[in-house]
Amino acid sequence: MVTSTTALELAPRPGRPGRARAFVGRLRSGDEIAYLITWAFAASVLLITCLIVYELWDKSALPRHKFGLHFLVTSVWDPVFEQFGALPFIYGTLVTSALALLIAVPLGVGAAIFLAELAPPRISDALSFVIELLAAVPSVIYGLIGIFVMVPLLRKYVEVPLHGAFGYLPLFKGPVMGVGFLAAGVVLAVMIVPFILSISREVLLSVPVDQREAALALGATKWESTWKVVVPYARSGIMGSIFLALARALGETMAVTMVIGNNPQVAASLFAPGYSIAAVIANEFTEATSDMYVQALIELGLVLFAVTIVINALARILILTTAGRGTAH
Amino acid sequence: MGMRTVWRKAVNILMFSLTGLATLFTIALLFFILGYLLWYGGRSVSWNFFTKLPTPVGETGGGMANAIVGSGKLLLLAALIGVPVGFLGGVYLAEFGGGTFSFLVRYTADLLNGIPSIVMGIFAYTVVVLPMRHFSALAGGLALAVMLVPIVLRSTEQFLRAVPVPLREGALALGASKWRAVATVVVPAGFRGIATGILLSLARVAGETAPLLFTSFSNRFWAPGWDQPIASLPVMIYTYALSPYEDWHRQAWAAGLVLLALVFIITTGSRIILSLGFQSSRSG
Amino acid sequence: MATAKPITMDSTPTQTQPAGGGEAEPAPGLPKLRVRDMDFYYGAKQALQSISLDMPANKITALIGPSGCGKSTFLRTLNRMYETVPHARAEGDVRLDGEDVLTMDVTELRRRVGMAFQRPNPFPKSIFDNIAYGLRVNGMHGALSDAVEASLRRAAVWDEVKDSLHKSAYALSGGQQQRLCIARALAVNPEVLLLDEPCSALDPIATAKIEELLFTLKDSCTIVIVTHNMQQAARVSDLTGFFLLGKLLEVNETRTIFKKPARKETEDYITGRFG
Repeated sequence: MVTSTTALELAPRPGRPGRARAFVGRLRSGDEIAYLITWAFAASVLLITCLIVYELWDKSALPRHKFGLHFLVTSVWDPVFEQFGALPFIYGTLVTSALALLIAVPLGVGAAIFLAELAPPRISDALSFVIELLAAVPSVIYGLIGIFVMVPLLRKYVEVPLHGAFGYLPLFKGPVMGVGFLAAGVVLAVMIVPFILSISREVLLSVPVDQREAALALGATKWESTWKVVVPYARSGIMGSIFLALARALGETMAVTMVIGNNPQVAASLFAPGYSIAAVIANEFTEATSDMYVQALIELGLVLFAVTIVINALARILILTTAGRGTAH
Repeated sequence: MGMRTVWRKAVNILMFSLTGLATLFTIALLFFILGYLLWYGGRSVSWNFFTKLPTPVGETGGGMANAIVGSGKLLLLAALIGVPVGFLGGVYLAEFGGGTFSFLVRYTADLLNGIPSIVMGIFAYTVVVLPMRHFSALAGGLALAVMLVPIVLRSTEQFLRAVPVPLREGALALGASKWRAVATVVVPAGFRGIATGILLSLARVAGETAPLLFTSFSNRFWAPGWDQPIASLPVMIYTYALSPYEDWHRQAWAAGLVLLALVFIITTGSRIILSLGFQSSRSG
Repeated sequence: MATAKPITMDSTPTQTQPAGGGEAEPAPGLPKLRVRDMDFYYGAKQALQSISLDMPANKITALIGPSGCGKSTFLRTLNRMYETVPHARAEGDVRLDGEDVLTMDVTELRRRVGMAFQRPNPFPKSIFDNIAYGLRVNGMHGALSDAVEASLRRAAVWDEVKDSLHKSAYALSGGQQQRLCIARALAVNPEVLLLDEPCSALDPIATAKIEELLFTLKDSCTIVIVTHNMQQAARVSDLTGFFLLGKLLEVNETRTIFKKPARKETEDYITGRFG
């Protein structure tokens, strides 16, 4: 075997045969250690999650034992007499999220349809990037603009006219202050539109071309092909994006806190000030004077945690269903 | 027959116009946000803002120097804790993974990702603030770190998996052990994507307020060390915006502009890095 | 002129004798690589059946056969690259200079048995670092530039890259990249070089350069090359083995296989009737 003078000269080593040698070799070469270290870090993800659940459960023991499930349906929130009920917050969270979806879904799905079906690819990509920037805007900045810009505008151009025209309806009753359920719903809507849009757009783009072609070949207009064939095909994925946006809306804290009015009440009017789970935790946590008070807030956190987990899981299943259908072609 | 077709065509145009309007409206929203921030924030950003500490109520001329530094410290701590966990966990999933354990880890990471940030704040509160009996930068950093982990983990896994098999085999065929091949060939090859994922996750947590409200809390002065409450940009924005003082409102706008600029620069910058990377590795 | 006895599935394995006249080679005692009754499985599916083959030292052995016949799979058992695939296993007797390949330390094996792949796969590093990688991994840290130059010369690519050693390997053409990959494999001084269809992604000129290279490498290395290009096998190799459906149907001196194959299947393949 020709070897140059400075080339590597390694004679084959006579070795102890067998698997023991292989293991030691692996150990020496660091494979086992690398495996163990990375495994440990991966396992820590599981550990952290379990710890979160444990802490939420453990540190809400007082109100859980005192109120049990009544916690979820009582609407008294009285720190002085230590009576805590989550209903106003659950109500506020649900109402604002529902409002947000009502506004954001047509907007988001509509824009997604435009970007997926009509816009040329490069414009579609450029605009999607812009919309993803919207998703990157921090919540507190939405809140900032909410308080100083959106709420006054909303009050002047939407709420006052609505109140004037329909003030007899329970939905539009009561003093119009700008902050309240409607304001929170609108701000949330703006925050979740990018999520609905980008996921729906991807899902629509993944619908196979031959589906559209089949519809067009039958003489359908482009809209008919889109609305009657493509969108139904992508239905699960779009639903999934809506669920994901819902999960986001439920947990949104800062923007909501700043425009919802911070009044723990169950009220029918859109203009009434209300409260959400995340908002009350944000506002009152540092003011909570007694253990029961703090733990009641933590229990609210537990409720929020549970709800968002369920909705996220549903969302993921729905999104995967479309992806699966697409590939099972 | 003719009328029906005319109707259908009209519907076609109408509906697509509506969707176009929806798109326009959404885009316009972004520009409104940017516009207001630039307008209100731009007028209030000043040298004082970047260099001075907050002044007592009533005095003008204060700034948010401590909040800027504070946000930096919190991000640093979050990165020091969260990035290695996410990165090494992602390496495990990409290189040694497969099977129930990996499935669980992935599922849990997605779960963590979906948890509202205020719940993370509660977690850091119970785990750090309660035992320490006071607010601290450590608690805030931990809350942010936990939010970083799932994002970094999934993107690391994704970009490592994308490294072509022949590259790995080339390293193995030269006698490199598996960890060596991963560390010296696979990770460098996937580095751009991984770095992008890390940067994007940092941009995301940089703007988070809720987890800091009762962990790192706030501080009107400098906060050396890690065991004291510390000011941060997002919390200052929140506090000042809700206050009744005009001067503080202006400062809130300035802070909002600075924060948004930071987040946008990191987000856009990392996307550019990613797309550049794809081009240069394909040449030749 | 003696004609060697062809080795088929049914005969007992014998050493092939070199043809007389002109090329008097010392008859090697032990072949460099010796395979007996090797079976290979992907999970439950058997991909190779009872392969027995001797690959003599300092000779080029070519493996031919239609797509999917198992020749690449066989090649990859020789340096145990199949171990990256879950549920893949090899059974049988595979020996490198008498040592059992299947149980020896795998990184040691891979240093001694190098490989170049079908598509060039340089690392996203500089040319220098590509070559130096194998050296560094195997513990050499000192004066690398001499070793790097030596490998690049051996692979006949030094003149083309000597002024751009610190540029990215991706800046080279396909043929240059492939020679770079061969240089990279040569840097650790392997005793055997496995080549898996090394020219299939290259143009005829680049192919010719690599074939020339193989002739010069033969003196210092044992070469096993998988190729779907029969003319290439006929041009470069001393010994040729024909694979079909996971079995090694015939092995013989290249001249013999291509002039007078013993089996009909071999003849059909060589004359292009299938595959």
